[in-house]
Amino acid sequence: MPEAPPFVHPYIPNSVPETRAAMLREIGVGDVEELFRDIPAKLRFHGRLDLPPPILDEAGLRRHAEEIVRKNVSCQERLSFRGAGCYQHYVPAVCDEIARRAEFLGAYSGYTYSDKGKYQATFEYQSMLGELIGMDAVTVPTFDGGTASGSAVRIACRLTGRAEVLVPATMSPQRLAIMRDYCNVGISLTPVGFHPDSGEMDLDDLRAKLSERTAAVYFENPSYLGLIESQGAQISELAHAAGAQSVVYVDPSSLGVLAPPADYGADIVCGDGQPLGIHMLFGGGQFGFIGTRDEERYVMELPTLLFSIAPTTTKGEFGFGWSSMERTSYDLRGESHDFTGTTQGLWGIVAGVYLALMGPQGMRELGETILQRVHYAMKRIGEIPGVRCPALAATPFKEFVANFDGTDKSVAQINRGLLERGIFGGHDLTAEFPALGRSALFCVTEVHTKADIDRLAEALREVVA
Amino acid sequence: MSSRRRLGLIVNPVAGLGGRVALKGSDGAETLRRARELGAVPEAPRRASEALRPLLALRNTVELLAAPGEMGADEAAAAGLEATPVGAITPGQTTADDTRRIARALAEREVDLLLFAGGDGTARDVYDAVGTGPVVLGIPAGVKIHSGVYATSPRAAGDLAARYLAGRVPRTHEAEVMDLDEDAFRAGRVSARLYGYLRVPDDRQAVQHVKAGGAAGETASLAAIAADVVESMEPDCLYLIGPGTTTRPIAARLGIDKTLLGVDVIQDGRLIARDATEAELLSLTEGRRAKIVVTPIGGQGYIFGRGNQQLSPRVIERVGRNNLIVVATLAKLATLPGQRLLVDSGDERVDALLRGYLPVVTGYRQRAVCRVC
Amino acid sequence: MIEAESKITLRRFHAARWNEPIILELGSPGQRGIHVPPVEPELAAEVGPVAVPESMRRRQPPALPELAQHQVLRHYLRLTQETHSLDLALAIGEGTCTLKYNPRVNEEIARLPQVADLHPLQDEATVQGMLEVLYRLARYLCEISGMDEFSFQPGGGAHGVYTNASIIRAYHASRGQLGQRDEIITTVFSHPCDGGCPATAGFKVITLMPEETGYPSVEALKAVLSERTAGLMITNPEDTGLYNPHVGEFTRLVHEAGGLCAYDQANGNPLLGIARARDAGFDLCQFNLHKTFGTPHSSIGQSCGAVGATSALAPFLPVPVVVERNGRYAFDYDRPQSIGKVRQFYGNPQTALKAYLWIRALGAEGLRLVAQTAALNNSYLVKKISEIPGVALYYGEGKVRLDQARYSWEPLTRETGVGTQDIERRMVDYGVENYFPSHVPWLVPEPFTLEPAESNSKHDLDTFVEVLRRVAEEARTDPELVKTAPHQSTIGPIDEAAVNDPHRWAFTWRAYKAKGLDYASSE
Repeated sequence: MPEAPPFVHPYIPNSVPETRAAMLREIGVGDVEELFRDIPAKLRFHGRLDLPPPILDEAGLRRHAEEIVRKNVSCQERLSFRGAGCYQHYVPAVCDEIARRAEFLGAYSGYTYSDKGKYQATFEYQSMLGELIGMDAVTVPTFDGGTASGSAVRIACRLTGRAEVLVPATMSPQRLAIMRDYCNVGISLTPVGFHPDSGEMDLDDLRAKLSERTAAVYFENPSYLGLIESQGAQISELAHAAGAQSVVYVDPSSLGVLAPPADYGADIVCGDGQPLGIHMLFGGGQFGFIGTRDEERYVMELPTLLFSIAPTTTKGEFGFGWSSMERTSYDLRGESHDFTGTTQGLWGIVAGVYLALMGPQGMRELGETILQRVHYAMKRIGEIPGVRCPALAATPFKEFVANFDGTDKSVAQINRGLLERGIFGGHDLTAEFPALGRSALFCVTEVHTKADIDRLAEALREVVA
Repeated sequence: MSSRRRLGLIVNPVAGLGGRVALKGSDGAETLRRARELGAVPEAPRRASEALRPLLALRNTVELLAAPGEMGADEAAAAGLEATPVGAITPGQTTADDTRRIARALAEREVDLLLFAGGDGTARDVYDAVGTGPVVLGIPAGVKIHSGVYATSPRAAGDLAARYLAGRVPRTHEAEVMDLDEDAFRAGRVSARLYGYLRVPDDRQAVQHVKAGGAAGETASLAAIAADVVESMEPDCLYLIGPGTTTRPIAARLGIDKTLLGVDVIQDGRLIARDATEAELLSLTEGRRAKIVVTPIGGQGYIFGRGNQQLSPRVIERVGRNNLIVVATLAKLATLPGQRLLVDSGDERVDALLRGYLPVVTGYRQRAVCRVC
Repeated sequence: MIEAESKITLRRFHAARWNEPIILELGSPGQRGIHVPPVEPELAAEVGPVAVPESMRRRQPPALPELAQHQVLRHYLRLTQETHSLDLALAIGEGTCTLKYNPRVNEEIARLPQVADLHPLQDEATVQGMLEVLYRLARYLCEISGMDEFSFQPGGGAHGVYTNASIIRAYHASRGQLGQRDEIITTVFSHPCDGGCPATAGFKVITLMPEETGYPSVEALKAVLSERTAGLMITNPEDTGLYNPHVGEFTRLVHEAGGLCAYDQANGNPLLGIARARDAGFDLCQFNLHKTFGTPHSSIGQSCGAVGATSALAPFLPVPVVVERNGRYAFDYDRPQSIGKVRQFYGNPQTALKAYLWIRALGAEGLRLVAQTAALNNSYLVKKISEIPGVALYYGEGKVRLDQARYSWEPLTRETGVGTQDIERRMVDYGVENYFPSHVPWLVPEPFTLEPAESNSKHDLDTFVEVLRRVAEEARTDPELVKTAPHQSTIGPIDEAAVNDPHRWAFTWRAYKAKGLDYASSE
């Protein structure tokens, strides 16, 4: 007697016993167990997996799910000023609608004939991002900005044949950790110091550290500490003079008001596109990009899938194809210099929707409104006794550092106090940057009203008093 | 599609004549005469017409230039295609000379593809005439086909030609032209000589996975293999480098222009011997450390016994199995039946020593493991 | 008994064909899709306009399109109509991808603010729900695989394989043996990333070739094991669907040689509750949550490569790992041997949540049912596809193909001149997604790899078979029709050479215009 299925399940149409029996008959097999006969008995799992009993009804599953997620407190329910790589911006409803479309949610490796829309939407995202960063070749999304920056510096190493990368001492610690692991193939990372007053890169230190071993100078603009690096052109010049590549990491939400890195000498641009219409998702909204000039020597070093527009046999009709696969680990296999796979495709499409909604004016207004709100926040917080804000003098974009050495509280204590008042404070920098003392990184975007900022200042004043 | 493509066509009308009447090969006037006496009927023209049929769909975008009469134009007409005759022949008395002359003429007309119908002999004639310049493709019509320049069937030849002319096969590779010792073959022995290389469309893999440009699509892989082998070369050690398109870049990386068809010997980055004979190899390797670098020749995967007999059983045994370096791209290995390497050194005892598993250098710091049979 | 759905009639399908222009050609200067929240007048009065440093001021606005909101929505909705995905079209042909139903209830949960609007650096007390999910999912996957700890940080399957390669590297480095051990062994029928990721991590890669069985022999492995062996990274079953029964011997021999074994379980669907990574001798494993565990493939993204490790290797996992202390969940960063990070934050927690819910909806019996049904569906499909004249099946004669199979059209191609890529283009005219031929290099000629998984019904399978049977018939009766396909799809055949030609490719609209390309113009 063949074993009957334990139940009929909505996800498994052929769990209906009669269907199963009919299929087994047709393939001449008595019991499904026979299909596993080629797995040696000693490799078979003979027990029952120790998992909770199934919640077969959707209502019950939903109730269980809501019970668990209700233990989370979201940034809709609290006022959050946290950034440090993941940002709370407004997500337009049209972005949410496209993000939930079954066609984009369920698409995978269908080709240009059955899934042309997916390719077009991705190509359009690539195009719009290319306009923001000033580069003609843009990759499909990578896993996140950190992996994009790791791949970017390895490209520079291959192009120059060198194995040292100069990175800013203010670099995001998370991205540095990713880059360290990625470059653990004989590529060394050397930090370049920053001016303690402004927070911008110390060009004397850069000059001292550049050599004929330097493959790339990598810098972030805005920096992890939120500051706009005004010396971008000089940094690129110095890199080039030493025969190195200029690799710039950007926040695309700033590029409505900030110059595209191509304008100040960047050879390779990378970054994270989460701010462009994608929810924070506890870190699941990140996606990376790499952009270069459309020159064969650069393109052939890009590790990702690349979708190119293509003509069809009908004039005026176009499609999309997978370009130059011999660059990628799919073809290179053991010969690969880098690898790729399934990454964050949907977020690229959603970012495209966002940029199309915003347009050039929207992106400019976004930048301008953020700059104003940040300045207002710094002013309000700077008025609090014991608080030095801004702690660094360079112009910030959407994050700034406030120093609390003049109070007797640690940032952890301050953030606890803020939490009691329903506020997620700035990201604690004390352990990451001891040179900055007891400091926190505050993020202010277009979602923060004057009232929100006033509330933060008020709460901080109470907590540090 | 941009401009009109040009297709060249040469048919060897007597190719395959001996086959049906159990004569191996049809070279030589004497063999031909015997074949005709035995009632042999030419196979090549029919097969050529069969190969041309898939090209009917392209008749408006492809210009067909053919050798005249029974060497091409007739076969084209039989397939329903118009051809512009190139060159002149004496009907009924065509020779290898005609093949060579007309192939040269077609190459001068810059045909995008030169289709020829015949056997190994015809391939040799085409090679003598045009070398690795134009892109060519063979329509099998003879008895013995050992050269890698032929499609698997007339139909396959036509399909590949049509795809290539439509721009859907952007990659080409060099394939071996082989030459069997005729008398040995008729006496029952297979003894193949590597004669040369012709450039043919490379249809082996997925279309999305090829690089455009017409030039050898495997350039990067071959360079990687060369880099790996050169990097691991030891000082004071002889390297016996066999023939093949995969071994040539190894020498090239050292600035050495290796012979196309022979075994060259290199040590410490310098060329020691060109196109060495077995005797020379034995003399050179006397009491010295040596390694052999070989690549599978021909579509069957022979690393010894086809085209590199100078690497004789005695040479192989002296160098030793542990000093064998086999090189081949992963793409090449994929085309070998069962991904197996074959050996036919001429000495069964040496063959037995070689059997088992050998690592193959497939790229820089990349190896594949293949069974040797 | 009701004989429902027994008759297979193929649709007279036609795809939507909008000829929708590239969005950068649409709109009109001045149109606005959305307004940005304006600053309050009091705030503006207090700070005035804020300038960025002159050297960084953007001088030219980015050439983004300018469209009103409805027009943006309309454009993208049209693009969705030109995207079939597995929800609209049968996607039984996407071998190795394990496409299956993505339960919509899980999508609803992931859209709640308590998931979607969580900042990853919030105080742990405010995200106990999320941490609980990550913790529990790790325990479930430990149970399923036999491993001791899991990380969900890698952003996809290849990323998971890379993470395992990095762990192997760190392990040997910690024992001072990395210089000596620089070789990773894989097989040609494993996913290319099982070679590509260790290569990226600095290893030399040795690729084993299959025997007639379809998988490499123990002798082949023995021939390459040495004191240079760092480890083994393979899939099993491989892309042929054949299970290598000697895998236990493989791992034993690699361990004997001093190496580690990492299991790429991209093809893990038929093994849930049937066979465990740990029992096969693996030290590390990787699951594609977006394949086996029912989370959406999302236009090639939102993926998660969950990596599992034995307790000996758990210290090397990326930080942080979720731990439980007295009913409270926390992130553990105190892991000095960790390889560090492979991605910012924690991976895609929303994907982990959906996988968690998928497992909760099925339970142990359900997971076994998934594996059994996937295997049953595949054997059924193998039989029916093999009955199509012109199909060949290589390797593993008489063996079961568990989750997928790599077929060949070689006999049909020899007969008709129609190849697998022609059929791949023609099948979409019947409203199904194209199949996946094979990874490169193609060992099987004219290949196609099908994987039905468990959420396709018998009727779906029969329909898909009928489509391929019909196209094979067309290859005989009207080969030109197949060679010039597709005919009822969104577009006609593209020029593949163009996308591989540096002079004719374009990855952005600005590059397209800079090169003076004319693909989109009808003049």
